[in-house]
Amino acid sequence: MSKLASERSVQTDPQALLTTMIRIRRLEERCAALYSAGAIRGFLHLCVGEEAVAAGVLDALGPDDAVVSTYREHGHALARGIPMAALLAEMFGRTTGCSHGRGGSMHLFDAARRFYGGNAIVAGGIPLATGLALADRYRDRPWVTACLFGDGAVAEGEFHESLNLAALWRLPVVFCCENNRYAMGTALERSHAETDLALRAGSYGLRAWAVDGMDAVAVREATALAVDTARTGAGPCFLELRTYRFRAHSMYDADRYRDRAEIDEWKDRDPIDRLATLLTDEGLLGAGGRAALEAAADAEIDEAVAVAEAGPIEPVEDLTRHVTTEVPA
Amino acid sequence: MTVTAAGSATRTLTFRDAFGEGLREALAADDRVFLMGEDVGRYGGCFGVSQGLLDEFGPERVRDTPLSESAFVGAGIGAALGGTRPIVEIMTVNFALLALDQIVNTAATLRHMSGGQLNVPLVIRIPTGPGRQLAAQHSHTLEGWFAHVPGLRVVTPATVTDARGMLASALADPDPVLVFEQIALYGASGDLPVTAGPVDLDRAAIRRPGHDVTVVGYGGSLAPALAAAEQLAAGGVSAEVVDLRTLRPLDSATVLESVARTHRLVVVDNAWRSGGPTAEVVARVAEQALDELDAAIERVAAAEVPLPYPRHLEEAALPSADRVVAAARRALA
Ligand SMILES: Cc1ncc(C[n+]2csc(CCOP(=O)(O)OP(=O)(O)O)c2C)c(N)n1
Ligand SMILES: [Mg+2]
Repeated sequence: MSKLASERSVQTDPQALLTTMIRIRRLEERCAALYSAGAIRGFLHLCVGEEAVAAGVLDALGPDDAVVSTYREHGHALARGIPMAALLAEMFGRTTGCSHGRGGSMHLFDAARRFYGGNAIVAGGIPLATGLALADRYRDRPWVTACLFGDGAVAEGEFHESLNLAALWRLPVVFCCENNRYAMGTALERSHAETDLALRAGSYGLRAWAVDGMDAVAVREATALAVDTARTGAGPCFLELRTYRFRAHSMYDADRYRDRAEIDEWKDRDPIDRLATLLTDEGLLGAGGRAALEAAADAEIDEAVAVAEAGPIEPVEDLTRHVTTEVPA
Repeated sequence: MTVTAAGSATRTLTFRDAFGEGLREALAADDRVFLMGEDVGRYGGCFGVSQGLLDEFGPERVRDTPLSESAFVGAGIGAALGGTRPIVEIMTVNFALLALDQIVNTAATLRHMSGGQLNVPLVIRIPTGPGRQLAAQHSHTLEGWFAHVPGLRVVTPATVTDARGMLASALADPDPVLVFEQIALYGASGDLPVTAGPVDLDRAAIRRPGHDVTVVGYGGSLAPALAAAEQLAAGGVSAEVVDLRTLRPLDSATVLESVARTHRLVVVDNAWRSGGPTAEVVARVAEQALDELDAAIERVAAAEVPLPYPRHLEEAALPSADRVVAAARRALA
């Protein structure tokens, strides 16, 4: 393991986490507006309310570690360092997008940053993450794969098959379950007989525990521990990150299945408010500090939108590209 | 070893050994290559193909997996992304359906969804096909389902030379390749040139030249096609037999050229007639060479029924040399 990687994982920088969460929140809100304006089409799943997971998990990884995510991955992609303009260009379907415009919101990729999507099959990325970790193990590289998925994925066979395989072979993968209590309109207790997801994951013989997913520092520290565990060869870990989405499942969702009171209760635990308050109390965030971070994020977004909008669309003659290896003519 | 009239040295071996030698050679040649699947190691492979490889290469490189088709196929995809060259074996094609998600939604799409940033150099070996009275969950010919999907290459070795050489070629392909091995052929033998090596995966092959009628088969349907050609020859009819070899990308040029010579076409398929791979061959000939045809196209395919257990019913459900001969005679009438 590189010295840097081990040092990275013990130091938590709360200000950086706050900045990341604010950038994610503002980007997601802008995406919603852009969707309503017709600039983004297809399915759009936002992670407003879940920013502590994205910021905390991704910050605990080193640059050589790999990330596998779902269709609700804007926050993960941004926290991984993919530039906003590349994310927005992807959602606009431009060739300057991080997936050349072929993927859209649900399929963000960046090979150079080892960001392996963007999988819109619930649980479909879990075997893939297991395999990335297998390759690292096989090649004797000190890298870890972080695999993000929702509570709904825990009901899928691919989840169970993969956890068993990863534990059996002691693969360096950290399974990060974003438990936001709903799979589309189906509440956790309406689809799981045992709702303690960490308990179930732990039955496969790996370390599994639940974390307050509204607390970015707690998420960061738990992930760092899990990553260190996996990196040192002690096998995979499972984190149940208890969180909540403040917005609907997607832009198509009228959100008729949740109580207003429940949503408000969770909004009282807003991860950004919470960390900002903590930093203010400790004298680490001055008056106007949060507003300044928000303004900076908005300026970054304004510029990224302009850059993304200026990106070219792909010529229709290229329609059948990117299917198999392209042999130069 | 024998030396044929043409002077080329050959040796006789079974398909099982040809596939096994291909595996051994691949493992020895490149330490990024490893084999994983259910019972590939200690058991020696469900059909004995990987016998001895665990002892030779050890458990890191010959990995027994749990019964988790989706997880270990997906893990193969991830490992391929991670710079290794996995060979994944799925015990039979019917079980491959449990991994369809990973094959169709992930292996076939990653290059495209990532705008060309990623590729999946994964080989999946899948035993397939009828002929051993294994009934309706172990006998089907589903290669065509996979051949429907852009992003996958689907190859169907039907000769010992292809059985020996296709794996190396598949491993050299930067994209996912599915190699379908005929269960009924594992014990059969053929002659392999001692100089045999990797084979091309792009072209169909004319297995028997002829000028009266073109007979197209692949995988398990090549044998009845060739046997029929032999019978037809005895009756003075010269049949040209085309082995498709690769179902995706399909080499229609070889078929079209043959039809331009013979003006008659019979397709033979162990898959069901409706929507099977040879239905695509027929469609392409209809699109591109209708003028060449002097007779209606004949199709000999599996009956539209899950394969039954009793031998006489299984045989009745499948193409036979006699049925191919009858079809060719109709085309020539
Ligand atoms: C295999 C599969 N089944 C169904 C769907 C449709 N679908 C998309 S998201 C979703 C809910 C998933 O919930 P969860 O895993 O908790 O993730 P969240 O959306 O809450 O982040 C469903 C059912 C799908 N994409 N894939
Ligand atoms: Mg959920």
